[in-house]
Amino acid sequence: MTQDAHPLRTAWLVVAGLLAFMLLLAGCGSSDNNTTGKELTKVGKGEGQLNLISWVGYVEPEWAKPFEQKTGCKVNNKVAGTSDEMIQLMRTGQYDGVSASGNASGRLVDGGDVDPVNVSLVPNYKTVFSDLKNQPYNTFDGVHYGIPHGRGANLLMWNTNDVKPAPTSWDVILDPKKATQYKGKISAYDDPIYIADAAVYLKAHQPELGIENPYELNEEQFEAAVNLLKEQRPFVGEYWSEAAKQISAFTNGDDQVGTTWQYQYFELKGEGEPVAASPASQGFLPSEGATGWSDTWMISSEAKNPNCMYMWMDWIVSPKVNAEVAELFGEAPAQSLACEQTAEKNFCAKYHAENPGFWKRVYYWETPVSDCGNGSSDCKDYNDWVQAWTSIKG
Amino acid sequence: MATEAVARKRSAGHRLADLFHGRPRLQVGALLAGPIGWLVIGYLGSLAVLLIAAFWTVDPLSGEIVRGLSIENFETLFNEPVYRDIIGRTVRIAAQVTLTDAVLAFPIAFYMAKLASRRGKAILIVAVLLPLWSSYLVKVYSWRTMLSTDGVLNWALAPFGLHGPGFGDTAVWLVMSYLWLPYMILPIYAGLERIPDSLISASEDLGASPFTTFRRVILPLVFPAVVAGSIFTFSLTLGDYITPRLVSNDQFIGNVVFNNIVNNLPFASALALVPIVVMIAYLLVARKLGAFEHI
Repeated sequence: MTQDAHPLRTAWLVVAGLLAFMLLLAGCGSSDNNTTGKELTKVGKGEGQLNLISWVGYVEPEWAKPFEQKTGCKVNNKVAGTSDEMIQLMRTGQYDGVSASGNASGRLVDGGDVDPVNVSLVPNYKTVFSDLKNQPYNTFDGVHYGIPHGRGANLLMWNTNDVKPAPTSWDVILDPKKATQYKGKISAYDDPIYIADAAVYLKAHQPELGIENPYELNEEQFEAAVNLLKEQRPFVGEYWSEAAKQISAFTNGDDQVGTTWQYQYFELKGEGEPVAASPASQGFLPSEGATGWSDTWMISSEAKNPNCMYMWMDWIVSPKVNAEVAELFGEAPAQSLACEQTAEKNFCAKYHAENPGFWKRVYYWETPVSDCGNGSSDCKDYNDWVQAWTSIKG
Repeated sequence: MATEAVARKRSAGHRLADLFHGRPRLQVGALLAGPIGWLVIGYLGSLAVLLIAAFWTVDPLSGEIVRGLSIENFETLFNEPVYRDIIGRTVRIAAQVTLTDAVLAFPIAFYMAKLASRRGKAILIVAVLLPLWSSYLVKVYSWRTMLSTDGVLNWALAPFGLHGPGFGDTAVWLVMSYLWLPYMILPIYAGLERIPDSLISASEDLGASPFTTFRRVILPLVFPAVVAGSIFTFSLTLGDYITPRLVSNDQFIGNVVFNNIVNNLPFASALALVPIVVMIAYLLVARKLGAFEHI
């Protein structure tokens, strides 16, 4: 068997050859083909199913089941915990649409992951609140990229047994002198976008920094916000990224006060936990205002079920459904006609749905970019935010 | 005509058989083409892509990936102290978990291999494997509930005026040690099985104390198995990122990789190379210690 003298050497040659081949493939790579303007012109028959990515509480059986019965599109929903996760899932090309927040929508458009939306094919779009249309997080270069879902502010929530008196400011978790009282019991959102919460606080408490928009921070402003969160770090009980994690932390006494979404707040209340959030008398907001969201249903550029997706976008902003969505989640509806359909008569008034002035104190999530409109491109971009977030958590 | 076709078909099969007949290399080649192809393209190939991506960068303005050759990512890794902390923490906890599992696994494996009856042995093997049948997430969430402020651990310790470790480093260490224990027990058990009882008897006959027998006879023989088990516990801990997220605020290498994948894939790739380098170093040391001599 002389021919088998060097089996190992042969094997290495094969491996090396294949590796070189792979390197060649990787080197060439596939360039992103930004296909734009691929709008649908007519909504045809449903494809029989629909694959969605959404925030927790956005796609519930209460309105997904009737949608399935009406359109024959079976809804497969994937709940994502963060905007990054949404983008990652969208890039797999296996989903038809996503309920993107402002810190994802811009990146999805830039990456060519979503297509423009032909709003004339979404009849209910006409009566959506006008201050939700043509916003920087849903319209790019004058092209519509989605249908507004609803809006709300992130909440300050506390356990009423442990936190007294009821806080009216974010200082309870961000001012080290006050936060120390709840050392190890503070709950903070585990995402780079949480830096904006610190910026909202600094905007009110350190006006000399000159913060205008908490997502457009220059070096000095950014540094101040990051340092504030580094000071907060030792007081934090848990950083949460999944809603379930925060619910268990409040249920099991691990956390007592922190930032939350409506979903967790109502879940905890439903379980009979002694939690409270800024009351209606304070406009649901701590004195500084708050970060918030105005989410957009977007359609994937690789959607396999575009007809079902268009039907879904129209369904979710139809007056009755949008009222249901808003009431169950605890947010202001996007559809103006929804206000007549809510079970609670003064729901829209309570949530300031028809009051554009109120929303001036709510800073909807945006994607931080270096070019922030002052001409000098000296703002910190999202990459800087991600790196800073790593160093805050340590 | 039909029979002719069948005959031709049959002869095609025969021809294939003839082709392989008396050619052992071709036989082995055909058998291994699939698995080796998978290993090289699916496994080594993706590693190669990872290695290359680590030298790319992200254009700060457009956010697009620049396919060049830059060591920027590695500079960030070395210059920012936070990454050193994270790498240090990950490796330290991986080492702690490995040591804990080795100490816990040895007595169990020894009892299973040398002392238990046939039936006892079967029951113990099932008991060791049983946790592997349930979902990883369920196990971690159970630990999360147990370790929480109002959890069962604090409740049990309260009468003694103590309280549990809470969430943090210690919790990660505890949970990981629990999760990977079976991966340490099984190799050590297999290693001990291979030691003939006669060697232990001989050592006793020659007047060695049980401790000396353990130190001079059993340990040297079973050590490669311990090292083999430690490769599992060490690498599994090194790569985990869900447990740290659920029972602590600590960031592991995996968490930072996860956080960077969407916005900065090249940096995530550079960071993902760290555990690979650590594992290669670990395996080289393991080889020196003789872990692979009996494979």
